[in-house]
Amino acid sequence: MLKDQDRIFLNLYGERDWGLKGARARGIWDGTKDLLALGRETIVEIVKESELRGRGGAGFPTGLKWSFMPKDSDGRPHYLAVNADESEPGSCKDREILRNDPHILLEGCLVAGFAMGAHAAYIYIRGEYWEPLQRLEAAIAEAYEAGLLGKDACGSGWAFDVYVTRGAGAYICGEETAMLESLEGKKGQPRLKPPFPAQVGLYGCPTTVNNVETIAVAPTILRRGAAWFKGIGRPKNTGTKIFSLSGHVNTPCNVEEEMGIPLKDLIEKHGGGVRGGWDNLLAVVPGGSSVPCIPKPICDEVLMDFDSLREVKSGLGTAAVIVMDKSTDIVEAITRFSHFYMHESCGQCTPCREGTGWMYRVMKRMMKGQAEVEEIDMLLDVTYQVEGHTICALGDAAAWPIQGLVRHFRPELERRIKDYKAKRQPAVAAE
Amino acid sequence: MPTLTINGKEIEVPHGITVLQACELAGFEIPRFCYHERLSVAGNCRMCLVEMERAPKPIASCAMPVGDGMVIRTDSDKVRKARKGVMEFLLINHPLDCPICDQGGECDLQDQAMAYGYDSSRYEENKRAVSEKYMGPLIKTIMTRCIHCTRCVRFATEIGGVEEIGLIGRGEHAEISTLEKAINSELSGNLVDVCPVGALTNAPYAFSARPWELRKTLSVDVLDAVGSNIRVDARGREVMRVLPRLHEDVNEEWISDKTRQAVDGLHYRRLDRPYVRGADGKLKPASWNQAFEAIATKLKGLDGKKIAAIAGDLCDTESMLALKDFMQSLGSPNLDCRQDGAKLGGGARAEYLFNTGIAGIEQADAILLVGTNPRWEAAMANARIRKRFLQAAPPIGLIGQPVDLTYPTQHLGDGPQVLAELAEGKGAFFEVLKRAERPMIVLGSGAVARPDGAAVVAAARKLAEAVGAAGPQAPEGWNGYNLLQRAASRVGGLDLGFLPGEGGRDLEGILAGAESGEVEAVWLLGADELDMVRLGEAFVVYQGHHGDRGAHRADVILPGAAYTEKNGTYVNTEGRVQLGRLAAFPPGEAREDWTILRALSERVGETLPYDSLGELRARLVQLNPVFAALDTREPAAWEPFGTSGPLEAAPFDLPVENFYMTCPISRASKTMAACTEAFVAAPASVAAE
Repeated sequence: MLKDQDRIFLNLYGERDWGLKGARARGIWDGTKDLLALGRETIVEIVKESELRGRGGAGFPTGLKWSFMPKDSDGRPHYLAVNADESEPGSCKDREILRNDPHILLEGCLVAGFAMGAHAAYIYIRGEYWEPLQRLEAAIAEAYEAGLLGKDACGSGWAFDVYVTRGAGAYICGEETAMLESLEGKKGQPRLKPPFPAQVGLYGCPTTVNNVETIAVAPTILRRGAAWFKGIGRPKNTGTKIFSLSGHVNTPCNVEEEMGIPLKDLIEKHGGGVRGGWDNLLAVVPGGSSVPCIPKPICDEVLMDFDSLREVKSGLGTAAVIVMDKSTDIVEAITRFSHFYMHESCGQCTPCREGTGWMYRVMKRMMKGQAEVEEIDMLLDVTYQVEGHTICALGDAAAWPIQGLVRHFRPELERRIKDYKAKRQPAVAAE
Repeated sequence: MPTLTINGKEIEVPHGITVLQACELAGFEIPRFCYHERLSVAGNCRMCLVEMERAPKPIASCAMPVGDGMVIRTDSDKVRKARKGVMEFLLINHPLDCPICDQGGECDLQDQAMAYGYDSSRYEENKRAVSEKYMGPLIKTIMTRCIHCTRCVRFATEIGGVEEIGLIGRGEHAEISTLEKAINSELSGNLVDVCPVGALTNAPYAFSARPWELRKTLSVDVLDAVGSNIRVDARGREVMRVLPRLHEDVNEEWISDKTRQAVDGLHYRRLDRPYVRGADGKLKPASWNQAFEAIATKLKGLDGKKIAAIAGDLCDTESMLALKDFMQSLGSPNLDCRQDGAKLGGGARAEYLFNTGIAGIEQADAILLVGTNPRWEAAMANARIRKRFLQAAPPIGLIGQPVDLTYPTQHLGDGPQVLAELAEGKGAFFEVLKRAERPMIVLGSGAVARPDGAAVVAAARKLAEAVGAAGPQAPEGWNGYNLLQRAASRVGGLDLGFLPGEGGRDLEGILAGAESGEVEAVWLLGADELDMVRLGEAFVVYQGHHGDRGAHRADVILPGAAYTEKNGTYVNTEGRVQLGRLAAFPPGEAREDWTILRALSERVGETLPYDSLGELRARLVQLNPVFAALDTREPAAWEPFGTSGPLEAAPFDLPVENFYMTCPISRASKTMAACTEAFVAAPASVAAE
């Protein structure tokens, strides 16, 4: 259980002033100049030391990612791109940061941007986030006014600008390279890697793309030290994390908690328990729609962090916990995910373009049981044909929920097929 | 040089290539659809996946640069499974309509499905159907077959230089579209070639033949002076289509739409038997004998000075030589192969050649275009300039009419005065050329066909020497003075001296003589681009293959062979000697042109001294040794040429008014008429509205 003094996001619920005055009162923008005075390399070292892992879903070590940026500019500017295109079904943590604590993100932009030698940050915000956009833009104006951003950010001598771009509603633009394409005004389609953005990113310049939460926690880590951050959570899965609880819990919420908190504790303490009690739990999708679901027996024990969830063949993703009780039609739920991925596939590469539609159509039949038992294995095979063969991770994200379903709920699928056949049998006999 | 291990075989490869190319070098074939070596890498088909050691997922080999110590496997179970998976995905929404698909038999998807596909389908759902798109008269679309490789998009954007085609929509609904507009590019036919499936097919050729029925002949194109290397596909006596053939120094692997699609003109308005104009003034079918008789009667006793010959744009050098020899034996010095009246020839070879070479454009670091629209006069040369523009964006100046050349140009003025000023070292662009290490000046054929053509040539030469593009100050091996010819026969004609002899008349003289009656007989060897009215009362023999302007005026028509129907030698604008080959026999009683002249010469008692093509070619080489070296580009010596003189104020005109109709063949082509309608005539009708 996270102690109150260890919280990073002090206005997650919007109870206090989101503006500059309120932010200052919470310690944001306090001594930012001194943080920059640590120097580029020290900042990267501290972040590395803290073992912070990216909060956008993949969990890549943030300090390591920052260190990929060229040490010296070859004449091209460096850029920081902040991914605020939060579109993962179930996830709503970045929204709360943007609307209730925009300054914590802006301070993070400056610190992180400085650490990678960037003079500009681009925040790519989900187009539907209207209120967060308004507040973010107001906060940027305040920060410029106060000299926290601009030609001499915080009096450090480092020029730093922040630009905001709105997305237009495509999920794929949350993929880092598709986001860069979209920022450049092109169609949001992921790029081939290599080259990675740290070499060739936005407008062909070295760029690092980070999630809102990742950037937002950076200044606090620098202020309180890597050891403090590392002291929270488990080794390699350190720090605090905002969990978004939704679905069949009594009190859906966003909550900042310690990494590695048991799933059961998280749901019981913050979500007010599963609707109808813990025993009424069917399954949980622990990290947004992209990760495989886990059934109740696993939920009983599992810890909420990257490595623990990986061990049970799921993932932490964006830590968007979707709770499903026994009233849920789990097959329909996963079919809905499949439809989402079919709809959001960019259509660039073959396995995803063709595979997502195929998987959805088979799932739609499975929902009714209108299939053969052998088709379960065929479906699974199709998911493996998509997984790992695509340009970006959307293909994987489309495949995993189905793999999770088949792994844990195969008997349910078989039962439906059998029932469907049985229902049709008399009709055939009557002919 | 990085060293890779591919399937256990160690191989050292050049820096900067991709894993796919390395695998090819090592002798392992990698299937692919979206990858095309002349286009940017898209990496979207995922067919080229290979396994790389230490990579958790298979990698797209087309997009992965080689690195030292890479261990690649192209034959593991994982790779096989990945390829089969991708192939299955490509096929689930691909209509299995190969029996009615024009791509059948030459389809990448079909071929690779044989090697990498499953033998049956597991896909039980409904297949996707996509509505057809309109892409103009040359491209037929069956978009349900599209596999979204985006080769067409990349070709049009990168090589064609027209951003008129793109992928719209996303996911399953992604479609290639031009937003229902015809693709306005002179290279659009190549989209059909780059399409790996039957989504984009050759519209005029639709449903007319199967690839395995065709007899393939390697030849060269004569519809412009580039001499694009082509493959002529014929069935029986009929030429069905023309495809590009790889030649890195000329056309790479592309051809222009005229080269590709004007061949249906070979079926229409053909001269398939001799005609003689009767006493009633009407042309009447005749036998060869009667035709020869009519000519022999006219020529008998006629003073050689009263006879003249003009060679057209599509002639092979052999027939021009035979005509030249024939005229000489008749005592006529009145010869001209420059039916546009160009003030070229008779002197240094460098004067009338594209000395830099088409491939040489890729080294130029500043380009000046004078009185030319290369996009229409030599589409493949223009594509090369665009390629150079994409590589290094050299400054490109343009004197003459401002036209869209698919790359930005600096318009310096429209008349020869601007050129003269540059030659005197005035103007900012002079400095640009001067500073450039390898500057290039391209003089259009229209710019030298003016009365002051010789002075234009002289001014261009002066400028070339002043900026170090040619002459003593030019870098070793560089000659940046270029004349961009547009007639396939021109360089050959000039090389063999099909020009006025001692005291002979040139084109203008011949026409003036015919008008005044001093010239009584004119031989037109495929010459149609003349003002026929000026031939006056002269006795005109038209030897050619199409019933075009010349034939209408003729008193005797001798049916010859078109370029696909004879073996002939052509010299392109660079001075490259290439062989065209017989792909189908001429129609009816038509004959190869030199044999007609040989037969007639015997009839009039002046037998030409060769009985076979081999002997004729030996004579050709004897006349000018350049004809001995096939497919090489001998640098022409930088000797004096051009005559300084007063320049006229009139702006440069563009000689090509309609790219799609420039010769008897393209004027007879229905496809070219449709293109004219769609691309050239359309703006006028819009303006009229």
